[in-house]
Amino acid sequence: MSVRRLAPKEVQPASFEFTPENLAWAKEQITHYPPGRQASAVIAILWRAQEQQAGWVSEAAIRVVADMLEMPYIRVLEVATFYTQFQLQPVGKKAHIQVCGTTPCMLRGAGDLIDVCQHRIHHDPFHLSADGDFSWEEVECLGACVNAPMAMIWSDTYEDLTKESMNKLIDGFAAGTPPKPGSQIGRQFAAPEGGARVMTSGGAATYTKVLDMPKEPALADAEPKKQTESANVQERPAPKPPAADATKTNPPKGGTPKDPKNPKEPKK
Amino acid sequence: MLDDNDRIFRNLYGLDDWGLAGARRRGGWDGTKAIIDKGRDWIVNEMKASGLRGRGGAGFPTGMKWSFMPKDNADGRPSYLVVNADESEPGTCKDREIMRHDPHTLVEGCLIAGCAMGAHVGYIYVRGEFIREREHLQAAIDQAYEANLIGKNNIHGFPFDLYVAHGAGAYICGEETALLESLEGKKGQPRLKPPFPANVGLYGCPTTVNNVESIAVAPDILRRGAAWFASIGRPNNVGTKLYGISGHVNTPCVVEDAMSIPFRELIEKHGGGIRGGWDNLLAIIPGGASCPLIPAADCEELIMDFDGTRAVKSSFGTAGVIVMDKSTDVVAAIARISYFFKHESCGQCTPCREGTGWMWRVLSRMVEGRAHKREIDMLLEVTKQVEGHTICALGDAAAWPVQGLIRAFRPEIERRIEEFSRKATLDDQGILDPAHLVAAE
Repeated sequence: MSVRRLAPKEVQPASFEFTPENLAWAKEQITHYPPGRQASAVIAILWRAQEQQAGWVSEAAIRVVADMLEMPYIRVLEVATFYTQFQLQPVGKKAHIQVCGTTPCMLRGAGDLIDVCQHRIHHDPFHLSADGDFSWEEVECLGACVNAPMAMIWSDTYEDLTKESMNKLIDGFAAGTPPKPGSQIGRQFAAPEGGARVMTSGGAATYTKVLDMPKEPALADAEPKKQTESANVQERPAPKPPAADATKTNPPKGGTPKDPKNPKEPKK
Repeated sequence: MLDDNDRIFRNLYGLDDWGLAGARRRGGWDGTKAIIDKGRDWIVNEMKASGLRGRGGAGFPTGMKWSFMPKDNADGRPSYLVVNADESEPGTCKDREIMRHDPHTLVEGCLIAGCAMGAHVGYIYVRGEFIREREHLQAAIDQAYEANLIGKNNIHGFPFDLYVAHGAGAYICGEETALLESLEGKKGQPRLKPPFPANVGLYGCPTTVNNVESIAVAPDILRRGAAWFASIGRPNNVGTKLYGISGHVNTPCVVEDAMSIPFRELIEKHGGGIRGGWDNLLAIIPGGASCPLIPAADCEELIMDFDGTRAVKSSFGTAGVIVMDKSTDVVAAIARISYFFKHESCGQCTPCREGTGWMWRVLSRMVEGRAHKREIDMLLEVTKQVEGHTICALGDAAAWPVQGLIRAFRPEIERRIEEFSRKATLDDQGILDPAHLVAAE
């Protein structure tokens, strides 16, 4: 497990207040859960607080969320420190880059991406760059292993990165013109490079073929698993005499086998 | 290779519209009412007959899991359906494609599964990192509500509400009881079993937790018949499966194919072959980071299914294959997996909290050979002490990759140790070098 603590007092804002839209949204989230179980909405609401507060969760926000959900402060504090996507200190204003460093990405060169971040942003993760615009961290598997290596910035993933495209990505965010999310080498999502090898006709075309089958085969029969008369008929072929046919078609060398009951050779 | 007509996820790559219109065009929501009208017993029996095994890694028969739910809610507790979309296993990224490109298969599956277990409320717990996927899923649910396909008074005659909940970056929440804790707004620390979630689950009520893929294939199985599904693959390992191929292959991808496909065929047809040719293969991890690796020698004849991978002392997991070619530093690759488990341990059980960090520290020394040979056996011994002595399976999951590494690559570790000792200078303190005695975080 990782030890995570709140940011020092100096950087904590004095207060936090949800915007009216976010407050309404939070109230709506609570209705998703049975009465008295409003605590279930804590992650979603804390997330919204993080989005509202430039990408990190302050102590004031934790208290506001706890009051809203009638939870003890410590419970919300536990949630905020347990779940690693809650940033507990200020992050880069323009981008907080989360580079996946777990084995599938590592195999395809995530080390290069981390190298770029270390040189361009800060040597250590969770530190702001000199201008305060950027920060980075190495995260555990972000779930886009077939598009490795990849990085996530705010809500979007940038996949199939190289050293060059990572540099371009940072340049893009610095200039306020981030590149298009998704694969940076033009792949169709998770399809193999060069285009899909299956279902090349598109999904809908295939389904018409499915419809050509007998309409709803499984449902046409009310009781498809019911035994019919034929289930009681023995389909097994009649038993053969043991080894009889084998010796006929392929007689063993040296004449017929000895009768086990009568080991002596029959006199001719 | 699986015939295109037998594919369940017909929009895996997002070539078609992911919304309701596109889903209907691809056959979604077709005859759902007829399925619901057959009643929960028929659905459960059909799912049992189909032989579908849970796609989340453990491979528990889905139909049987559904049948554990109480038939009547006489004690006044409602039943819940919870879908586990907390897909965080390194190497696995199949549910992401379902959620962003075919979300209606999941929404329809939830309705049917809810009907089969008498649950009128369902929650889909999506991992925090899948933000766009969550938005697609929510949009699909909104479309389904709008078309009155789900909801209190829907056209299918089974009241069903479906909500999307999400986590915020904790691998452990993929464990079903930790997921329930998280869904209740707590830290995701697994619960002791028994009681099992089917008796005491979400909010203390009967709950079934299923993987996204298990739920999303249900509508097509019921539409086309259990016999169709059971005819694909070999006995005990039937159906179609989403495979993720990552690592050192020429064209990594997610693809749906039949269970029991030979590993070599999977890699050559879909993965575009191993980088540098088949002979360049070093090892694979067959189903996500927690599965022991399989050395190249065993990959030749490997059948990709539950029994095939078990025959080579690994496990099928979620079928997210990580391929490593001969350029890989295999000890470093496994050490990185160990770091992952150290990072993701919830801290509840001592063997796992302390053991995962311990294993990572020893392994990262072994990467450069800064270790004693006897430590290899010590490491193996510690993995055995972690395995099976924790509340959930994360302890096991952390132990297996290390065991797999030692089983298959012990000579490589020994070679590194020898190399290091041979080159070491007199003033090198070896493992006593303070720079390498990293304190436990």
